[in-house]
Amino acid sequence: MTPLPLNWYLILASIMFTIGAVGVLVRRNAIVIFMSIELMLNAVNLVFVAFARQLHSIDGQVMVFFVMVVAAAEVAVGLAIIIAVFRNRETVNADELNLLRW
Amino acid sequence: MAIVILAVLAGLLLASGAALVLVAGFELSGAAPATIVFAILAIGIIAASLGVVLARHPVRSALSLVVAMFLLAAMFATLDAQLIAALQIIVYAGAIMVLFLFVIMLLNLQEEPRFTASVNHLGVGSVAGVLFLLAVGRFFFGRTGATVAAGPGGPGMGAAVPADFGGIVPIGERLFTHFLLSFEVTSILLLVAIVGAVVLAKRNLV
Repeated sequence: MTPLPLNWYLILASIMFTIGAVGVLVRRNAIVIFMSIELMLNAVNLVFVAFARQLHSIDGQVMVFFVMVVAAAEVAVGLAIIIAVFRNRETVNADELNLLRW
Repeated sequence: MAIVILAVLAGLLLASGAALVLVAGFELSGAAPATIVFAILAIGIIAASLGVVLARHPVRSALSLVVAMFLLAAMFATLDAQLIAALQIIVYAGAIMVLFLFVIMLLNLQEEPRFTASVNHLGVGSVAGVLFLLAVGRFFFGRTGATVAAGPGGPGMGAAVPADFGGIVPIGERLFTHFLLSFEVTSILLLVAIVGAVVLAKRNLV
């Protein structure tokens, strides 16, 4: 269905990735930082799927499968860590979570 | 204000879904309908991504991300990745984002105040983002020269894909033959993640 050039998908993915990266840098809420990381992972998934379509190779979509699985595992563990930290410090603000500072 | 933004995003979602159904249902092919569908989805995805980063309430960020996941699944469907589109909705929007929303509501996070610092974080972040985008995006525009290949190679986007490309059978076949080791290691990874999440979230870590 798609005679669109590959570059369009890559540019959209890079815009998504940039927005996610800026979100990681700018936001202070740990959960919103986490969501920006998920945004970056989705941008990479778009690149994989676009190239799978370009090269007619199903390997790109299998890579997306693995990226989704790893993202799910990472989100589960990361949110458990945030919950554990919140129980002790009563905050998810990244500026106030400075226990490991020298 | 946020309700308006969310309503606009939901409207974009419905419009893209309707466009997809119309295009696929009426077997329209060619550049124009595909471009319209891509434009609607792309604008929606960028708007939803900005909503994730700019929203002050974490629940609104999470809902914007859900919209972005759905629109991205639609874009996967236009790229002949039907199984991945279905998995995107089931796994990402249906499990991961639900987990995010559960945690946000469990921690009872409130709307955040505006940034109060000597440095305008959003301004500096935006400038850094634009520079990063320029650094990454310069590879995506036409490169000429004798040393650069004509393109990424391969059959290309215009060529028709083999039958059932992106369906369950080709992906499953690849997953269980060539990527079997990765598949098994991933299952162990999931087991480790489950055990880790349960242990970390216990009330007293004994």
